[in-house]
Amino acid sequence: MSDVLLSVEGLTRRFDVSKPWLNRVIERDERQFLTANADVSFEIRKGETFALVGESGSGKSTIAKMIVGLLEPSEGQIRFDGDVMDFNSGAAMRRLRRRFQMIFQDPFASLNPRWRVGDIIAEPIRTFDLMKGAAIRNEVGRLLDLVGLSATDAEKFPHEFSGGQRQRIAIARALSSRPEFIVCDEPTSALDVSVQAQILNLMRDLQDEFGLTYLLISHDLSVVRHMANRIGVLYLGRLVEVADAKRLFLDPQHPYTRMLLDAVPDLALSGRRRTPVTGEIPNPINPPPGCAFHPRCPHVMPICKQVIPPPIETATGRAACYLLAPTPA
Amino acid sequence: MAEPLLSVRDLVVEFPTRRGVLRALDKVSFDIAEGEVLGMVGESGAGKSLTGAAIIGLLEPPGRVASGEIWLRGERIDNLPREKMRRIRGRRIGMVFQDPLTSLNPLYTVAQQLIETIRTHMDVSDSEARKRAVALLDRVGIPAAARRIDDYPHHFSGGMRQRVVIALALAAEPELVIADEPTTALDVSVQAQIIDVLKEICAERGASVMLITHDMGVIAETADRVAVLYAGRLAEIGPVRDVIQAAEHPYTSGLMGSIPTLTQTADRLTQIPGSMPRLNAIPQGCPFNPRCPHVFDRCRVERPELIARPAGRQVACWLYDKEAQNV
Amino acid sequence: MADFAPADRPNFLARAWDSDIAWSFRHSPLAIVAALVSVLIILAAVLAPWIAPHDPFNPASLNLMDGFTPPMEPNQFTGNLYWLGTDNQGRDVFSTILYGARISLFVGFMAVLFAMVLGITLGLIAGYRGGWIDALLMRVADVQLTFPAILLALLIFGIARGFIPPAMRDAMAIWVLIVAIGLSEWVNYARVVRGATMVEKNKEYVQAARVIGVHPVRILARHILPNVMGPVLVIATIGLALAIIAEATLSFLGVGVPPTQPSLGTLIRIGQGFLFSGEWWILLFPSITLLALALSVNLLGDWLRDALNPRLR
Repeated sequence: MSDVLLSVEGLTRRFDVSKPWLNRVIERDERQFLTANADVSFEIRKGETFALVGESGSGKSTIAKMIVGLLEPSEGQIRFDGDVMDFNSGAAMRRLRRRFQMIFQDPFASLNPRWRVGDIIAEPIRTFDLMKGAAIRNEVGRLLDLVGLSATDAEKFPHEFSGGQRQRIAIARALSSRPEFIVCDEPTSALDVSVQAQILNLMRDLQDEFGLTYLLISHDLSVVRHMANRIGVLYLGRLVEVADAKRLFLDPQHPYTRMLLDAVPDLALSGRRRTPVTGEIPNPINPPPGCAFHPRCPHVMPICKQVIPPPIETATGRAACYLLAPTPA
Repeated sequence: MAEPLLSVRDLVVEFPTRRGVLRALDKVSFDIAEGEVLGMVGESGAGKSLTGAAIIGLLEPPGRVASGEIWLRGERIDNLPREKMRRIRGRRIGMVFQDPLTSLNPLYTVAQQLIETIRTHMDVSDSEARKRAVALLDRVGIPAAARRIDDYPHHFSGGMRQRVVIALALAAEPELVIADEPTTALDVSVQAQIIDVLKEICAERGASVMLITHDMGVIAETADRVAVLYAGRLAEIGPVRDVIQAAEHPYTSGLMGSIPTLTQTADRLTQIPGSMPRLNAIPQGCPFNPRCPHVFDRCRVERPELIARPAGRQVACWLYDKEAQNV
Repeated sequence: MADFAPADRPNFLARAWDSDIAWSFRHSPLAIVAALVSVLIILAAVLAPWIAPHDPFNPASLNLMDGFTPPMEPNQFTGNLYWLGTDNQGRDVFSTILYGARISLFVGFMAVLFAMVLGITLGLIAGYRGGWIDALLMRVADVQLTFPAILLALLIFGIARGFIPPAMRDAMAIWVLIVAIGLSEWVNYARVVRGATMVEKNKEYVQAARVIGVHPVRILARHILPNVMGPVLVIATIGLALAIIAEATLSFLGVGVPPTQPSLGTLIRIGQGFLFSGEWWILLFPSITLLALALSVNLLGDWLRDALNPRLR
């Protein structure tokens, strides 16, 4: 398909969580690895919002970090608009870098407290040498206006703004290099709901205006439901289901997706009876063999405990579960 | 009507700072009935946690209760000496905080902490206390409670730890449990379990709950009544179903519209413009007036008090002032 | 980068007066007294050539007959009056203190500057890069911390003198002293900066800069450094007091500055020889000056630490 903007193939990331060398020698411990992501593959099409949902330990932020080059994948590759991303190649990467940006979770940490807002927003412009002198000032004013702040705010420092306003500043910074693709890592989870609505609406408007493509990382299913075209569900570092957003919520295929949907508090007070959720997420250093979800799964079969299920095409996308296989192996 | 278990009257909490006194809670009044779950919602900085802290007498200095009264079953508790207040905390009011690690001492086993709490507040033997502790852990859903009771807090996962905290809060069979964002640090799939446990066990023991959270979904599933705080003042209070499905205060209805849900289909969320004022810049009149779509002149000068509405609801909004409507 | 500074901002003094630090300062009598004493001594030292009544290092202006004049008493031979008396060679103690404080402060400031630049640079690198560079630097720091700083300074001083031709020793002595004290103090800066850097580098504003490919050196200089300077200023202030005392100790031991350029430490060493023969003032006044200087600078550092610590506010 030609309209794929970003594709990820077999992405795996292991973290060395061993004790220091000396302790290992003395205590005769083995090296320990935490597999944050294993064999994750998906594609993001131009102009869509692809969301990754998962709970803690699902590795969703690790994927985001690998895509923007903050972490190196242990295995697998990332293609951006057809080109393999290689963060160690200077010049080629520099051209690619301008085309993607990231919005972070915590607007109180993502803006340097000692910089003026104008300088914060102008940093990508200066780094990529897109403009000079007075043009930068005008551009920053335009960007501030675009995200619903005023051009005079460029003179202020981050601490003079509320959380929602800071996230607007972070969005203005992300837009300043005129990227096509923005990774949004839990962009509203540090914000209050009424402010969250403003930011989500703003992100939508900007997407419509500039044809942006989003990768949205979130633990909040309602936010994902509201924003995404397609959704990938992660559990313990593996993609268990990828599906069209609307259909995922109507017809979840993987038992974990179903459980996750059932766990969302019901604001509509519809009184729907929910299957009680059981168990907790296992320690990712020592995940269960086979399907990582099997200890919590209501439909567990013997094979689930032995072999990791491969992704299977479903009516709504694909999912990794033996229940969905035409004939259970 | 029976006497409420907890009654808060015109509570004012202030923080003296070098640039003047900040009023973090301004004349907050509400009751919690016997066995009732009252949800307390609001955005960060609205004063919901402060309300809880003021009730249990654990305001961080320089914060102080400047005026108002807090009554627990007919006994005034806001002016008690420190020692007496300490005995009420734990014995009559249990607490569950957001981060289970702050309420559990990492240096002692769960058994030691539970037994100490039980024996501090109740006259039972050591073995009896242990028996109760195991039963309690079992009740909050810790598997193999009799064995795991001798583990240290760090041996438990986040969700299990929060269960232990709930057990600890209920150990002395308090009349009221104040739960401050008990599930915020937890994953969604664990959150639902914890809420269920908290709700069931309090119902079983007839304890009232004051559930402080920013999550309307949690309130909807758990609370009987809900109080909505805005900029340190109560905007609205009433039965949870009424408030969620037909909010009266413009802030509450804006808030409800801004929450994305799994069933809604609209492309854009309703949004309230602007953000909650900082404590040093609360506008005159109704604190919500600069953001309110229905604002009129009176809102900008005169502060609305809670006005009684049908079905036991109260709302602090001039739109509902009968006298004004008659004019 | 001054692009976005507003044109009509209130002047610097007005803003400084209104800041939290200034407010805390105005409400801390101890800090005010300490600052006054420090400023007074520093000013007097800087202005020594203009305000000292005598030039104690000009042999032509010295009169041996003025030797051992007690304070506030006319000399029995010449009738000259000295506020703080004179030493054995007839030098005015007040003037020697002014000139001595000048040397002490110069060595102190330069040593702190040296330690700061070295410590900050290594701390930033260790904290940001981590890995073996970090491990190596921090083990060196650990080893160095097991020696008393003064011992280390003595060692460095000794080694350095061995490499310098005798003719240049006196001229170089002061610089050797600065390097010796600076090298014995860099660890404090490096450790604090490393710790703060490890916290800052994981903050999202640094990640945001990394995503757009900002060069690591620029990230360290423009993003991280300004955010780790708070604790560094605290150590620098306390470090100044330490450096002044270290210099005094070395000079007292006779390995510091040459007697032709006496510092407060040298003066104390000279003075203690006369204590038991009754000429107490030669020892007492330089000692009081050193004590007042070190104490007030130290108190300022303590206050600064508290004022910058949001948890104690």
